[in-house]
Amino acid sequence: MIEMDFLQYDFMRNALAAGLAASVLCGIIGIYVILNKIVFISDGIAHAAFGGIGLGYFLGYDPLAFGIGSAVMTALGIGMVSSRARISEDTAIGVFMATGMALGIMLLTLSQGYARDLYGYLFGNILAVTRSDVLLISVLTLIILALVFLLYKEFLLLSFDPIYAEAIGLPVQSLRLLLLAMVAFSVVILIKIVGIIMVIALLTIPGAISRRHMKGLPAIMAGSIFLGAIFVTIGLLISYELDVPSGATIILTAAATFFLSTVLSR
Amino acid sequence: MTENIVSIKGLWVCRAEHAVLEDINLELHAADFLGLIGPNGGGKSTLLKVMLGLIKPDRGSIAIFGLPPAAARSRVGYVPQKTVFDQSFPVKALDVVLMGRYSRTGLLHRYGRMDRQAALQALAAVGMEDRALREIGALSGGEQQRVFVARSLVSDPELLLLDEPTAGVDSAQQTDFYDLLCHLNRDLGIAIVLVSHDITAISKYVNKIACLNQRLYYHDSKELCNEDIEKAYGCPVEMIAHGTPHRVLREHD
Repeated sequence: MIEMDFLQYDFMRNALAAGLAASVLCGIIGIYVILNKIVFISDGIAHAAFGGIGLGYFLGYDPLAFGIGSAVMTALGIGMVSSRARISEDTAIGVFMATGMALGIMLLTLSQGYARDLYGYLFGNILAVTRSDVLLISVLTLIILALVFLLYKEFLLLSFDPIYAEAIGLPVQSLRLLLLAMVAFSVVILIKIVGIIMVIALLTIPGAISRRHMKGLPAIMAGSIFLGAIFVTIGLLISYELDVPSGATIILTAAATFFLSTVLSR
Repeated sequence: MTENIVSIKGLWVCRAEHAVLEDINLELHAADFLGLIGPNGGGKSTLLKVMLGLIKPDRGSIAIFGLPPAAARSRVGYVPQKTVFDQSFPVKALDVVLMGRYSRTGLLHRYGRMDRQAALQALAAVGMEDRALREIGALSGGEQQRVFVARSLVSDPELLLLDEPTAGVDSAQQTDFYDLLCHLNRDLGIAIVLVSHDITAISKYVNKIACLNQRLYYHDSKELCNEDIEKAYGCPVEMIAHGTPHRVLREHD
């Protein structure tokens, strides 16, 4: 059996665990990203996280933790800028995005052994996920699940009609910043799996497909989680069998499903 | 006994050193139905936002039910200017109406059976109970607008603020919509402030009318004189041409 063989290895078990936890994140946060139309912001946050990852490497600390730090700071920065409205939001995203990438490449180059790791962060390497990564990813996923459970009606109101939400006293600005911070956490976790360049695809494709076939937000989220898990598992299996890059295989699996579902639902 | 629902005295709002609202005075009592007209950029939406406590006045005082506006929010319903939303947003009409319970339910609490009941009642009040489980995007413009009114009613408001609610709704639906407001005002005793462009359309329904362009032209009645309107709009405005049976303009001697 292919699957038994596949699960013998520790790194495969870690990869699968991390991938499944990430699907839960994608399923929930991805829907909010789509509904709030913050796809570009999320992509910007992913790229900006690279600056923090580079800094972590350079200083010899955990790159993932530094990546999360810089992603959250960028998310809050963009959130604040857009509320002050001196600089337009997409301009701010462009600046943060490029600066983060430049910093990351510079700092990684200055550290030793950059080439392999650089590739891993840009294009993802789910097979390099360690036990402690899995633990970190699971804890973050649980925290975000709890937040969404507690603030479900608030996030729904925010996503549907922020102007009305503010008028009836919802703390719109704080909730928006919290949502962006949650996106930042999710994005960094996904970087581990599919890499900075392809994060946005994994964040949006499951939700985009699920949204077309499901009714009601909870069902769409569940469908999206399910699809994410399928993409990660199939992508991982194919990449293992054919010895091709895991991140790209996962994204291609997702993209193929997306195009197929688009064509079929016509 | 007759508590003022809205009491605004000498209120100024300035932005970037220039006045958006200038020395506004306004009092509304129970069961008033005020039509607020005025040119674009005249501050109508700003005045509503002040009444909701979203904008703090620079000078003067405002009390809603004798309270600061932010504290009175749970007693006020609000229908924003044509709600812009994703027409494929995955919520049912009932879910949208439930959103209006937020001010009663509060942060972190879930909606309960009472909230659901109130939402169904609010939908029934606007004649939309049979659409409760339809997706909001599947409803017509006029039906969506009714759902948004139901959303503002679901918290049992004593004052309803509507910001050009009929924009983008066809004229047959508009008439229905105004009839609905009339019913809410007369039968349920809800005080209403209706911002509109269309004086002739609303004059039949309101019992007071005011014109706003930085300053508020208001005589605590359903009459405005020609001079008021001309001052507010900055040019002569022809309105009597439509021959409305209910006089809006006082005749000049």
